[in-house]
Amino acid sequence: MSEWFEIGAMTDIPRLGSRVVRTAHGDIAVFRTATDTIFALTDKCPHKGGPLSQGIVFGEYVACPLHNWVIELESGEAVAPDKGCAHRHPVKVEDGLVFLKVRSAVVNIADYSVVAQA
Amino acid sequence: MKRKLVLVGNGMAGVRTLEELLKLAPDMYDITVFGAEPYGNYNRILLSPVLAGEKTVDDIMLNDLRWYADNGIILHTGKTVEQINRARREVVATDGTTASYDYLLLATGSNPFIIPVPGHQLPGVITFRDIHDVNFMLDAAKTHKSAVVIGGGLLGLEAAYGLQKLGMDVTVVHLLDTLMERQLDKPSADLLRRSLEGRGLKFLMQAQTDAIVGDDHVAGVRFKDGSEIPADLVVMAVGIRPNFALAKQAGLHCERGIVVNDTMQTYDPRIYAVGECVQHRGIAYGLVAPLFEQGKVCANHLAHLGYARYEGSVTSTKLKVTGIDLFSAGDFNGDATSEDIIYKDPGAGIYKKLVIKDNRIKGAVLYGDTIDGSWYFDLMRNETDISDIREDLLFGQSHLGDSGHGENRIAAMADSAEICGCNGVCKGTIVNAITTNGLFTLEDVRAHTKASASCGSCTGLVEQLLASTLGSDYSQTPKKKSMCSCTDFTHDETRKAITDSSLKTIPQVMEFLEWRTPDGCHQCRPALNFYLLCAWPGEYQDDSKSRFINERAHANIQKDGTYSVVPRIWGGVTNAAELRAIADVADKYNVPTVKITGGQRIDLLGVKKEDLPKMWGDLSRAGFVSGHAYGKSLRTVKTCVGSEWCRFGTQDSTTMGIKMERMAWGSWTPHKFKMAVSGCPRNCAEATIKDLGVVAVDSGWELHVGGNGGVKIRATDFLCKVETMEQVLDYTAAFMQLYREEGRYLERTAPWIERVGLSYVKQRVVDDAAGRMQLAGRFHESQKTAQIDPWAERAEGMDHAEFVPMKKFG
Repeated sequence: MSEWFEIGAMTDIPRLGSRVVRTAHGDIAVFRTATDTIFALTDKCPHKGGPLSQGIVFGEYVACPLHNWVIELESGEAVAPDKGCAHRHPVKVEDGLVFLKVRSAVVNIADYSVVAQA
Repeated sequence: MKRKLVLVGNGMAGVRTLEELLKLAPDMYDITVFGAEPYGNYNRILLSPVLAGEKTVDDIMLNDLRWYADNGIILHTGKTVEQINRARREVVATDGTTASYDYLLLATGSNPFIIPVPGHQLPGVITFRDIHDVNFMLDAAKTHKSAVVIGGGLLGLEAAYGLQKLGMDVTVVHLLDTLMERQLDKPSADLLRRSLEGRGLKFLMQAQTDAIVGDDHVAGVRFKDGSEIPADLVVMAVGIRPNFALAKQAGLHCERGIVVNDTMQTYDPRIYAVGECVQHRGIAYGLVAPLFEQGKVCANHLAHLGYARYEGSVTSTKLKVTGIDLFSAGDFNGDATSEDIIYKDPGAGIYKKLVIKDNRIKGAVLYGDTIDGSWYFDLMRNETDISDIREDLLFGQSHLGDSGHGENRIAAMADSAEICGCNGVCKGTIVNAITTNGLFTLEDVRAHTKASASCGSCTGLVEQLLASTLGSDYSQTPKKKSMCSCTDFTHDETRKAITDSSLKTIPQVMEFLEWRTPDGCHQCRPALNFYLLCAWPGEYQDDSKSRFINERAHANIQKDGTYSVVPRIWGGVTNAAELRAIADVADKYNVPTVKITGGQRIDLLGVKKEDLPKMWGDLSRAGFVSGHAYGKSLRTVKTCVGSEWCRFGTQDSTTMGIKMERMAWGSWTPHKFKMAVSGCPRNCAEATIKDLGVVAVDSGWELHVGGNGGVKIRATDFLCKVETMEQVLDYTAAFMQLYREEGRYLERTAPWIERVGLSYVKQRVVDDAAGRMQLAGRFHESQKTAQIDPWAERAEGMDHAEFVPMKKFG
């Protein structure tokens, strides 16, 4: 089961930048484009697992900091001729707050108390 | 309503133009294409390998019918356009098909020239131009034995080689005594002939064809001297002529081709033309590389962007015969006012000749060893002054320092030979990618195979592979190389615009120069950020989002996403208290690896990003600042102990090094910048492989520049000798500033100096004393705002969000 979790204000993420959301199943990178569109991908490049959150964001793409693979934020797909896909996570913005849909099992079982406090 | 574009000629130039156009303006036109051949667009330059049985027709398709459908293009194959009605803006094909246009693009290519000797229309006489010709030859080879190829040029030799591989007995007939006389001089042509004879081809030189004999089929060829040789197949490969009959009949101005201006427009503003049918500034090109450049310019105007200009191409040639390395470019014969530099080793089958005029390369012929072809070609096109490297020129770029790769005869290498050591890519993989994916440029090969995409030391080998696979049609990297795909402007043009037009932010630059993307890409943004920082010191607000992660986080990202921290150790001199402080930090943050670096510093590896600011705070309190080991910036100043301790030392090299580092730390440069100071000519600090190296001698200090110890080992060039420490500092500041202002982003000092010439650097930094002080002045001015320790700032909370997760679940 997946649930929506609030992760903070959109303005907490810099334009053309990214922030990390840490979960028990690994980091999720949340990106904000120049036009305030928000995307979320598992923070692992399909190539060698580089942290996409650390890459340069341009248009609706991010360049992996390790070997410059370019990943399309909307689909998570690597731009041709590279092949591979980073896992996407549903994300939405309501009243300036960003919500991320993650498997509730990921959050609840391991870290219920932390979430409850948050 | 969409405008209508009609393309006449379904070949490489025309379709490439459409591809470029679709990239720029995908929805602007309804497009109709007429092609005389019954196929999609295929790679005409790979017809030779098809003939030689190394490829099939399917292998060489560039755009299959599906591509046209996917892009909504109406394709009429097998239909020849016979008339253009310019008043009604309509074309008519031989079968009566019509299409009206708002814009018309002519790419009618060229026709093979047939010598009108008696018998030239006999069955069995053929040209070598399209798939039909190739199929005809493939069939002929099954039933016939002897072939005569008339024409010992590029095309003729490729045809002859192919037919011979098919088992035919082949004689090449050539009018002159030099094969490929438009590409080779006599000595290299003789080497080529001997090599081809060794493979079983026969040659008749200085033979003028008088007639092709036979009754109802070719039976032989007769020459002016009355002699005759038998033949079942005659291939006419004596040249091509631009095909402009259609344009001429429509009243367009034609000379040797359809005359176009620098926008590829004909005399009718509604009609553009590209490719072999075109005459531009008096030249008709028959190679693919110029055609692609033309296509790009033409698309720019068809898309109504209106700024690109085609200014002609310099071309080079390669022969597509397996196992033969041959390169030719420019004016390789020279004249009374030029000089030749020649290297000749007939035993090894190697011949190299450079034609030099006014210290510039005007032409080159290479046979047997062509590894440096693309280098000479670059020097030629850039009109680089070669006087500084003249004595080593003929021995190749490797002689200037690249010790990395011993193998340089690409044709002799096995398919399993590794070309790219970084990414483990072999020759066979690259060749396969070039032919199956229809690649034409170095960038294409990098994208598809990763070869040459990391350190770049195998670039020469990859370019050679491209050249030997594609032959004469390999697209050299264009002379004018744009910064990235976001713009057509070069680094230099962009920089000039920044200073000339007082552009002060990245969005301003992008707007002024009409960037194609809304906010650039990971290639142009870091470059722009540096150029602006350099142009407007103190004023420009650094854009951290346009910096690569290492410079944004002020630490080096590692393969597992952790970071490494290198505090600055001035001149490599430290003490027990500093070392203790580093040890304490290593303990406190559980640093898994502590490593002494090559630059006389200490690297703390495996630090979690969240720990960085706290760790920097601790280091800062112990007196350390950032070592900038992560930046395109001043790295280390390596020193030896010098006259203070060493019995050979002539000067105090450690004090000198510390002064230099204190002056230059914090400065951003086009690429990383390393310095070293040795206290005597024994040079223990290895100063002669640094960007700037100082070697002390008894009477003062020698300054050396442009060294590199990395991918391409390059020893420094001697800049000058000075007497005092103050002078060393002045010259260092001036040299760094010149590099900052004129080096292109990501260009180390070594290639920069090879590009602009040591003489130029000497003139600016050594000869021009006033200029030197101005350069140094600008450097010091910029340092006022650059020498703020980024670690201390961040330890105090700057960019806090960069270092912590937005949210933690767990």
